[in-house]
Parts: sequence; C-alpha cells; structure tokens
Amino acid sequence: VLPLLSHCSLTMIAVQMKSHCEYDLSASTFSPDGRVFQVEYAMKAVENSSTAIGIRCKDGVVFGVEKLILSKLYEQGSNKRIFNIDRHVGMAVAGLLADARSLSEVSREEASNFRSNYGHDIPLKHLADRVAMYVHAYTLYSAVRPFGCSFILGSYDEDDGPQLYMVDPSGISYGYWGCAIGKAKQAAKTEIEKLQVGVNILYIHIDIYIVHDEVKDKAFELELSWVGEVTKGRHELVPKDIKEEAEKYAKESLEEEDDSDEDNM
Amino acid sequence: MDSHHSYSQVKGVSTGTTILAVKFNGGVIIGSDSRASMGESYVSSKTINKLIQVHDRIFCCIAGSLADAQAVTKMAKFQLSFHSIQMESPPLVKAAASIMRELCYNNKEELQAGFITAGWDRKKGPQIYVVSLGGMLLSQPFTIGGSGSTYIYGYVDAKFKPDMSLEEAIQFSTNALALAMGRDNVSGGVVHLVVITEAEVKHVVVPGNKLPKFHDE
Repeated sequence: VLPLLSHCSLTMIAVQMKSHCEYDLSASTFSPDGRVFQVEYAMKAVENSSTAIGIRCKDGVVFGVEKLILSKLYEQGSNKRIFNIDRHVGMAVAGLLADARSLSEVSREEASNFRSNYGHDIPLKHLADRVAMYVHAYTLYSAVRPFGCSFILGSYDEDDGPQLYMVDPSGISYGYWGCAIGKAKQAAKTEIEKLQVGVNILYIHIDIYIVHDEVKDKAFELELSWVGEVTKGRHELVPKDIKEEAEKYAKESLEEEDDSDEDNM
Repeated sequence: MDSHHSYSQVKGVSTGTTILAVKFNGGVIIGSDSRASMGESYVSSKTINKLIQVHDRIFCCIAGSLADAQAVTKMAKFQLSFHSIQMESPPLVKAAASIMRELCYNNKEELQAGFITAGWDRKKGPQIYVVSLGGMLLSQPFTIGGSGSTYIYGYVDAKFKPDMSLEEAIQFSTNALALAMGRDNVSGGVVHLVVITEAEVKHVVVPGNKLPKFHDE
C-alpha cells in the first residue's frame, strides 16, 4: 500500500509546480493570489524530511522520530532530533536540522528567561506562542529566509495535564491531540486518528513502523521520548528496555498484518 | 526586614510603618497602619494607603521610601497585567513576587523599598512572599515588616497558629498592628486590612478609636 501512496503524492507535486519566478524570490512579496511562496517552499523542506510524530495521551505526551540512517558509519544515538527545552518540555523536529537546532536554542532561552522573570515553569501554550512569533518574524523580510523546519512541543504538568503544540514555518502554532510532520505525515495522521484518547507509547512505535517506507528508505533508527505522570513531569528519552519491548511488539504486529494480507490474497 | 536603617537614611517621605500578612484557612489577610512620616517627628499623612493592588487577587504592602515603593509597584502592576493577558489566565502570586524581586534586585543601588506580596491563585491557593530591600524573595506562612514590626515579633511568634479561621486571623492582625502602632512613633492612624480569598477581596478599616485596647490604655 505504501509505495503506491508516495508515488501519487509525487505526481501531485509535479502538477502544482508552475513558474512563480516573479513572486517567489523573497518572503516580503505576496503573489497575486495572496500566497507567500517562500513560506510554502519552506514547508516543502519539511515534507522532504523523515517523519516525526507526537501523541497526547491522557497521562502524558510521547514523541517518536524516524531517523533515516544515511550511512553505516553513523554512531548510534547521534544526530538527535528530540530536544529538551526545559525540564518539563520536549521538542521533536522535522525539516532542515540546522534550522531546527537553532530554534531549539531560542526556545530554551525563552523558557529560561520566563522562569527567571516569573519564578515558575513556562506554560507550554505560552512557549509555543513565543517561539511561533519568532519563526513568524523570519517570514516578513527579504533579508532573511524563513526557517525550513516544523517542530512539535510537548509537556506534562500536574495542574494543566499533558499539552501538545505544533509550530510550522509560517509561524502558526496549534494545539493537538496527535500530530505528525515530515514525509509520511498523511499516513501517520491516518493511523493516529484510529487511536483512542488515553493510549500509551506502544502505539507510537507501530505508527512509525507502518509509515516507514520500506522501498525507498532502507534502514532507520527510532528516537523515542516521553513526558508524563510516569516520568513525574520530566521530559526524557524512553528507557532502553521499554523501547526495545515496544519495538518488538511493533514488528510483531506488523508481521501479523502482512501475514493476514497474504492469506486474503 | 532592615527597618532600622531604612527610615533614618531615606530622603523625603518615608513610611516608617508596620505591615503584615498572614495566611488563614482559605485566604490571606494583609494589613498595615496608615501613617507617613518625614524624619522622625513630622507626620506627613495620617491616612495613607500602603496596600497596593497589583492584580485581581494579588496585593503588595510597601515599606521604606514611599516614592520608590510607588514607582516599583506601578511598574510591577504594568508588567503583571501584560503577563496575565499573554498567559490568558490570572497570574500566580509567585510570578507577581518574582517581578517585584527582579525590579528590587536589578535596581538595588537606587531603591530603598521593601514589600510583602500576598494573594490567592488557582495553583497554590493563598501565599505570602517577602521581597526585601536588596531583592531577596522568601515564602512564609505569615510575615511582619516595617519599623513597627520590631515591637511585635514576640507577640506574633507566640500567637500565630496555622490554619486559623477568618475571624481569628482578623483578630490576630488587628491586635498585632495595634500593639505596634502603640509603641512605634512613626506608625499610627487607622488599621487597613484586606482579606483575599478565591471568591472576593474585602477591605476592612479599623479606625483609631475602635482599635483593641491593652492593659495601660
């Protein structure tokens, strides 16, 4: 099923690619039909990246990132795509990684300044708004280019519960129950919609394994993190043993599905 | 609080003063006298308000230089209001106290004012924070401050109980302020009390002739 889907999306993109040369040279120009092409191109950069998923469960938030292994020489665990922004906030990114890392520094400073001024942890909605405002500023001028990355912010707090926000290159931030960014985001969103509210991390694994396109991208490393009641509100990478258990469960469920498909045929 | 140094070195109008705040079951009471003095012998105002409202459920009482205190609370009120609008929710008492602390600490060379910030918020309920002259921030179940406070440490230490009822807390505060005003020549006038709970903010004024009387009065 998956190879067909990606083929379709490629042809759709080809159709939309007209010549926009007069209006797409800088972010400070609108097109006649009211679009800012530089921002849309920045979003394309996100779509070319491998997938990142965030799910808000009833007692926490889970992030899963499909890290494609481009070289056998990569050290395992390097090239992280999930960052700690504050003790209680995590960020998963997709798109141009250098842009994403720069924004993670911006978010860290924002969260830290807030604590310094107001004496308590920054509420996630406020952090998402502030970083989104920063990203938006780079869509206003011709002297700079927009950030070519989207990111998902998640946190857990005893009073406000789990929170999940996504920020895209245009500078919009929305709260979500579940969201996905990157190349397989449509497929991932379909999977996430099937979930009921209140699940745990095993399902994130299955999602990533399902949406990973086996034909085009061979090997991938899974980066998994969580924050919730189970971590007492601290954002951390999922411990190795739980991660391995979930990976095993995901692979087995996928094999079952494949087997049942073959039987039907 | 460093009250002995503050009022003798302060230029202009000072609030040689007595202020206090006390947590009770369901809220906080903050209280003060109403005298402003210049030097040690001239009363420049008998009816001054030392309980400044910085947000719906958060008050500050001021001690030290009146001008400095008014400038700081005005700035804090502005910052807190903006912060609260951005957060789309009422501010935490700790946030208000932190704002005051940043202002006091960063401007400690120029300022001579200390504060008690007290109020109620959804997260931690009633709270009291002391922001001292140099910018220290401390949370306490009750606190007293100003020049008159030195005369009532014994009284409050002996009489305070955690989780008092509203009536007990009002009696405790009124007694403490009356005793301080009775001995400190730069505290006096009427007793101002503000009762802050989740539901409302209530102002209570006890005029001079209705103050509790003690053995020699």
